[in-house]
Amino acid sequence: MTQIAKLALEDGTVFTGSSFGAQGEIDGEVCFNTSMTGYQEILTDPSYRGQIVTMTYPEIGNYGVNSQDVESRKPHLSGFIVRQRSRRVSNYRAEGSLADYLAAHNIVALEGIDTRALVRRLRIRGAMNGVLSTVDLDDASLVAKAKASPGLVGRDLVREVIPDRALSWDEPLNPLVHLTPQPDTPPLCVSSAHVVALDYGMKWNIARHLRNIGCRVTILPGTATAEEVLAQQPDGVFLSNGPGDPEPLHYAQETIRGLLGKRPIFGICLGHQLLSLACGAKTYKLKFGHRGANQPVLNRDTGRVEITCQNHGFAVEAETLPPDLEVTHINLNDNTIEGVRHRKVPAFSVQYHPEASAGPHDSDYLFAQFRKLLPQRRS
Amino acid sequence: MRSGSARIRFGRRPTVAVAVLLSRNPLVSRFRAPPNARNSRNVPRRNDIHKILLIGSGPIIIGQACEFDYSGTQACKALREEGYEIVLVNSNPATIMTDPEMADRTYIEPLTWEVVAKVIEAERPDALLPTLGGQTGLNLAMDLAKHGVLEKYNVEMIGANAQVIAKAEDRDQFKAAMERIGLEVPRGQTVTSLAEARKAIQEIGLPCVVRPSFTMGGTGSAVAYNRDHFEELVAHGLEASPVNQVLLEESVLGWKEYEMEVMRDKDDNVVIICSIENFDPMGVHTGDSITVAPAQTLTDKEYQRMRDASIAVMREIGVETGGSNVQFAVHPQTGRLVVIEMNPRVSRSSALASKATGFPIAKIAAKLAVGYRLHELPNDITRETMACFEPTIDYVVVKVPRFAFEKFPEADPTLTTQMKSVGETMAIGRTFKEAFQKALRGLEVGSFGFGCDNKDLWGTPEQPTIEAVRAKLAYPNASRAWYLRYAFKHGMTVDDIHELTAIDPWFLANLRELIETEEELRKVGGLAAVSDALLRKAKREGFSDRQLATLWNSTEIDVRNERKRRGIVATFKSVDTCAAEFEAYTPYYYSTYEDEDETPPKQPGRKRVMILGGGPNRIGQGIEFDYCCCHASFALRELGIESIMVNSNPETVSTDYDTSDLLFFEPLTTEDVLNICDRVQPDGVIVQFGGQTPLNLARALWNAGVPIIGTSVDTIEDAEDREKFKNLLDRLGLKQPANAIVRNMTEARNRVAQVGFPALVRPSYVLGGRAMEICYDMQQFERFVVEAFVVAQGQPVLIDRFLEDAIEVDVDAVSDGQEVIVAGIMEHIEEAGVHSGDSACAIPPYSLPGPVVTEIREATCAMARELRVKGLMNVQYAVKREQGRPVVYVLEVNPRGSRTVPFVSKATGVPVAKIAAKAMVDVSLAEQGLTREPIPSHVSVKESVFPFAKFAGVDIVLGPEMKSTGEVMGISERFSIAFAKSQLAAGTLLPSEGQIFLSVTDRGKEHMVGLARQLEQMGFELLATRGTAQRLEEARLRVTRVKKIQEGHPNLLDYMADGKLRLVINTPSGKGARTDEGRIRAAAVFHGIPCITTLHAADAAVRAMFALREEELTVQAIQDRFPSYLRKRPPTSEGKTEPS
Repeated sequence: MTQIAKLALEDGTVFTGSSFGAQGEIDGEVCFNTSMTGYQEILTDPSYRGQIVTMTYPEIGNYGVNSQDVESRKPHLSGFIVRQRSRRVSNYRAEGSLADYLAAHNIVALEGIDTRALVRRLRIRGAMNGVLSTVDLDDASLVAKAKASPGLVGRDLVREVIPDRALSWDEPLNPLVHLTPQPDTPPLCVSSAHVVALDYGMKWNIARHLRNIGCRVTILPGTATAEEVLAQQPDGVFLSNGPGDPEPLHYAQETIRGLLGKRPIFGICLGHQLLSLACGAKTYKLKFGHRGANQPVLNRDTGRVEITCQNHGFAVEAETLPPDLEVTHINLNDNTIEGVRHRKVPAFSVQYHPEASAGPHDSDYLFAQFRKLLPQRRS
Repeated sequence: MRSGSARIRFGRRPTVAVAVLLSRNPLVSRFRAPPNARNSRNVPRRNDIHKILLIGSGPIIIGQACEFDYSGTQACKALREEGYEIVLVNSNPATIMTDPEMADRTYIEPLTWEVVAKVIEAERPDALLPTLGGQTGLNLAMDLAKHGVLEKYNVEMIGANAQVIAKAEDRDQFKAAMERIGLEVPRGQTVTSLAEARKAIQEIGLPCVVRPSFTMGGTGSAVAYNRDHFEELVAHGLEASPVNQVLLEESVLGWKEYEMEVMRDKDDNVVIICSIENFDPMGVHTGDSITVAPAQTLTDKEYQRMRDASIAVMREIGVETGGSNVQFAVHPQTGRLVVIEMNPRVSRSSALASKATGFPIAKIAAKLAVGYRLHELPNDITRETMACFEPTIDYVVVKVPRFAFEKFPEADPTLTTQMKSVGETMAIGRTFKEAFQKALRGLEVGSFGFGCDNKDLWGTPEQPTIEAVRAKLAYPNASRAWYLRYAFKHGMTVDDIHELTAIDPWFLANLRELIETEEELRKVGGLAAVSDALLRKAKREGFSDRQLATLWNSTEIDVRNERKRRGIVATFKSVDTCAAEFEAYTPYYYSTYEDEDETPPKQPGRKRVMILGGGPNRIGQGIEFDYCCCHASFALRELGIESIMVNSNPETVSTDYDTSDLLFFEPLTTEDVLNICDRVQPDGVIVQFGGQTPLNLARALWNAGVPIIGTSVDTIEDAEDREKFKNLLDRLGLKQPANAIVRNMTEARNRVAQVGFPALVRPSYVLGGRAMEICYDMQQFERFVVEAFVVAQGQPVLIDRFLEDAIEVDVDAVSDGQEVIVAGIMEHIEEAGVHSGDSACAIPPYSLPGPVVTEIREATCAMARELRVKGLMNVQYAVKREQGRPVVYVLEVNPRGSRTVPFVSKATGVPVAKIAAKAMVDVSLAEQGLTREPIPSHVSVKESVFPFAKFAGVDIVLGPEMKSTGEVMGISERFSIAFAKSQLAAGTLLPSEGQIFLSVTDRGKEHMVGLARQLEQMGFELLATRGTAQRLEEARLRVTRVKKIQEGHPNLLDYMADGKLRLVINTPSGKGARTDEGRIRAAAVFHGIPCITTLHAADAAVRAMFALREEELTVQAIQDRFPSYLRKRPPTSEGKTEPS
């Protein structure tokens, strides 16, 4: 018999469906992702820490899960909502089912609700906190809990997802990423450029991309200081994506200020927001964020449009941009800033995810662009 | 190009200042401005071209249906909106695009390069957009380029040029292109000997497809699974091929099949509009496959790889702007990806993708072709966002093809890589299960979902055995979907079935879950016992009330009332391209069982009228009815009435999002239509424009209280009741052929004596002329009447006196309930006995005496008044010469829109359907300015187009059963030239020299002598077999005798292969593919030799051939024929005169 689960929102709305995955009760900010593929990448993206993610595409779980399509060690989000999860897994790479995977990682999940109604509510009202439960099924109690949920603003969620020590990275991109068979990733040597990736909750595909452009990658926790970074003698520094509000992460902004001009810097998503904050801009919370794999971005240098993967609930405020930063990319849907470049020192960042996974590969040129900023080492 | 030091403000608080600042930067200047407030100085549209030629796709044929009317219509609108002058050529009158308002200059002319060259010469367009008229349009553009026409008149091909088209279409060039970008195609090689084949197979590997070259209908193609079998097939193939050549190709049978719809602009921005996964794996033509959008079983890694491949293909082939379609096969176990083909144009799948996502591919493609970039074009649905994005959908779309094998019993019903379906239906649901069941009921073949209905054989004496089921699964066929259910019912597992069919286990598992729910429902036992939760689950999985009623021995209406009582009602969600991320402004909806409904409330003081469409195309009900529905919608909107369209056919203009004020993409069943009525509360519902589909629902809807407007449901039914109809004719003093209704053989024998021979025998309550036969004597009668009783399934059989050599006449009339105006009187070319939908016809009548025409006109008006018709009416008459004078018989009356309405509209310049729709909402004919019958000064001939080339070996004889899929029109001052044009447009090349074969039944031999004399006069060499030759020789005509097929060589088939035989005139004495004459006719189709099967058509052809010797074909725009259609421009602020 199917077990009932409920989602309550802070505005008093309650959705009743069936539970799958783990049992329990969690709270978080309820958001939606419009990508039709890539649920496993989304589940394992640490940026979703503190969030209950609803997939707008109704049939989820069709191709199961595998050990390759992961963006971190485990799912980080609080809860997962789908219209219909697949009972049958069909894909030659599948190793298990979505339901088992969620249960194994203790993720509470809900299916069978009118997800489109939920999405429309979030779009119209803006992001809301919510509670997802299989244990408390009392509407009033759940709504009260949703109202009490702390939300994301002002919280430091990064500390909950970062590695506890430095790591070196050697895994290349999945061969499926390439259309034609590629020569093996060149082995690292002393002449390889060294990149320190400051990990605020980094998606592994970023590290894989850095590895594929021939870099030796050292991952440091996002709490590292500028001195700790420089002690690694990097040729360049990468600022990763991560969960939540960038504003309270003063330590990260401090570190970036200490690195600006000293090493070439490339930032993605939270890394982009932190770079902007470090340069004096301000960030703000979007009404309901951008989460999906179809967001059009105009590259103002080339005039070309890239279809991008995005996952952010905060953005850099255009009015507060310091003169040192220029806008390189804009979102064609709502004109928000999608990329900036420092006018004086080698540093640039994008709000979206050029590493894709899940999402289109239109923007992977940014990694090559970063590689060009790094010095060519002599052997 | 960067903004320099200017401080640009982005983001959440856009101000006027932002817009101004943005507009200074050419890169970002336009992406914020609403379409009507565009700064014309920055409009990137090309100003160096002013006049653009569009080529339509011609008649509806298998593989090329209304989707190209849809795309062409969108293109016309899009380009005129930009201020371009549009010249359109299309031979198909039943299209919206050939309405005189759609283009500036419209040529309804044959689609041959010679004719289009004349249009180019007359119009001097600057550019030709070749990518929106299907394969026909593309081929024609290539011909024009090849023959130097485009160069001569300096016409630029926009969108895709000739090199690009060649690269995509030519097998070898395409393969080479794919190799350049490192993509795989199935390995293949052509061999001419067994030794070569042995060498080739090393590289290609097994299984391997062996295809003998140039065999009839691709006969002899087979898949070799082992070496011995391979050698055997190659040996046979080499022998079967007339050029001793065999194509070997790596078999991708059973691989997963995908399609990607891609769009590109001139700046090389590329987006994917939609991915499609085929339910039926490789081996079945995608047009014949059940297809699903979006792709269901690809991980993001695999999907993005396919996306990258699609974009790489688009770039390498070099389609400059517009939409293309790339097909892939994926090995289910290894994931190996091979490219199957690419269409460098808008295709059937593009239409499906447009309807599936809401993204108007053809419209955007047209705008890209004239210089816009994707991010400069607004997304009409969201308004705020631009067309440069990838639609994301929050529902599942299922398309199911519709077949017509019952019309071609001799055709091979196995589904192969040659398309055989004649139509399709599309359904939208929140899950695959829901969409699949909706699609099956939308197919209108008597099924109301996945089994549990009257068509369900399970549990009946005809329940198929497991062996029969296995056989049906192993070879793809039209009924495979239902046999999948029987397979599960027999206890087969998902894996067993996957093994046999290669259908992906994910789809199969979903079907199994439907059966699990069915069994759960069955166990409950009845409507009273079912829990709310289970009932809701069933509705969410797409079970129809009919299925539930069948399961519980209840009625559809009881199930409906009970679930409504429990609050289980359909909700409607919008198709918005963005999964609700942005607000949608385009009211395009589908039903599902969820919490929230999104339909807009009724506007105070504004009437709502709903039009029911025609569902999937089929033989007998196609684009003509969609044309009528569109016109009804246009008419209502002109009157300020909110128009609501309901249809399930993705190919059509009626399901375009801006044809009506509200669009419901739904199956046309009583339940689905009532659900919509419950929500939108229409003030009126129109059932007379969508063909038989809505008429079949009329009674149930009326009984449920739906306000059907126009001619009453009672009248519609009365016209079909033979007894009531007879009384009506008696009252009006009109004649009908002697007839009888019989219920058994004895009665049949007795009554046929009174009726007399020849007699037409047909089962009652069977549509489209199924099992209808003409009997000349008692012996034939006995045989056919037995068959008719079988098909009638317990219903009586009808016997009519067949009026031999009578002239058939079709009449369309319109009435407002008071006045009746005849809109068009069409004289058929073929004699009565050939289905009216298959016959050629002319407006105005070309041989009927004036008094007969007057009599017909008066009879029509009298019947319309007597029946109180409000809207359209169609009458069929036969005029037979009796005792030296013509007598008019009424054959049939249909108080509804007919197949000929678009032809009549095009021939007379009067928009008949629109006028009828307005009459139905009480605008009188007089108020509309229609006071008398429009009689054009020119002659228009409609000719039918047949799918015989797709069904190898099938006999092509015309009879009372309709077989044509489409129509063309020829217009001229003279009947003979108009007829010649209609033949040319239908692909029948009337010869000017060479050999003509004559073979005529005894009854026609006298007539034939006259024809033969005329042909000899024109210098043709006459061929005939013994009997006919003897008769011709007696009449002192020179004739070459040829052997019958069984008499050895050289027989007629040899002459055909030789290439000098240019025309076959062969009237049937018997029919069937196995008869000698049947084989002759089938062979003529195969060799592309025109074959005329009636003497009347032969007469018309001879007249046309004479006329063609006297004068050259000329072309004329229909706007010039009807001065009332002065150039009506859509309002636009962007004329080409504006500065650039």
